[in-house]
Amino acid sequence: MKKLLIAIIPLGVFIGLIVLLAINMSTHTEELPSPLIGKPVPAFEHPTLYSNKNLSQDDFKGQPWLLNVFGSWCPSCQVEHPLVTQLALTTDVKVVGLNWKDEPENATQWLQRWGNPYDEILVDYEGDTAINLGVYGAPETFLIDAKGTIVHKITGVLTPEIIEQELLPLIEKIVP
Amino acid sequence: MKQIIILLSLLFSGHTLAIEVYDFKTAEQEALYQKLTKELRCLVCQNQNLADSDAGLAKDLKDQVAKFVTAGQDEETIKAYMIERYGDFVNYEPPLNASTLFLWFSPLLVFIVGGVILFFNIRKKQHE
Repeated sequence: MKKLLIAIIPLGVFIGLIVLLAINMSTHTEELPSPLIGKPVPAFEHPTLYSNKNLSQDDFKGQPWLLNVFGSWCPSCQVEHPLVTQLALTTDVKVVGLNWKDEPENATQWLQRWGNPYDEILVDYEGDTAINLGVYGAPETFLIDAKGTIVHKITGVLTPEIIEQELLPLIEKIVP
Repeated sequence: MKQIIILLSLLFSGHTLAIEVYDFKTAEQEALYQKLTKELRCLVCQNQNLADSDAGLAKDLKDQVAKFVTAGQDEETIKAYMIERYGDFVNYEPPLNASTLFLWFSPLLVFIVGGVILFFNIRKKQHE
């Protein structure tokens, strides 16, 4: 009897492991929380793509805005581009682009081809602001309130579900 | 002979290209840079450290680390800078807090359980 019990222990441990792994598989996400949520937008100053201005974080205070990190070199940015356009047209947030590590000529060509939904486009040629924002890869989208606090961050391509379930409720909350 | 030399130089040329050159003032600074890029994770290819990664973002982050190191900043400050932006995940050594408690102490737990089993087994054998 005792021998049988001892023989069962490895099997029990094995089954326990399988159960733990199975639970982890269904709840685990690749998404990592951004430590920047609830914090002010990091300071920046960038030239803009069309309007020939130099804008800093303070220039966007007073109105909620969406910062969309994109590059002409980024295929998935093109995938989400119609959705970004739709957001710019249908919501009361200002949609701002952060052109990340891109040649301005390529960016303008890309925008000519796919349309330009952005209110302003900040040119982050060196990628400094992207690092300050903790950007992993394009596209990423930040929702920022009128005071300049980061409310939400979406890593990766926007989808209609994400917009519907995550973004729009938050936008409704922060738009006066 | 000539062919062998060409082959050999080809063999090593890729390697030398992969080494990034930064001008550090002291050997300590270079050592600190090496240490940090080994301990910081490349965010793009998440199971690589910065030192081994060729991803564009990893290059930017390495430049940033090199800049801080040459400016004379210490290890803690540079790590804090990265964690502030990318979270604990950027650090290959997880910090000790409530959510990582099990991670840190499970080996100790296994060791204690194993030790207890071993202890009783040996004592039993001695009695027999």
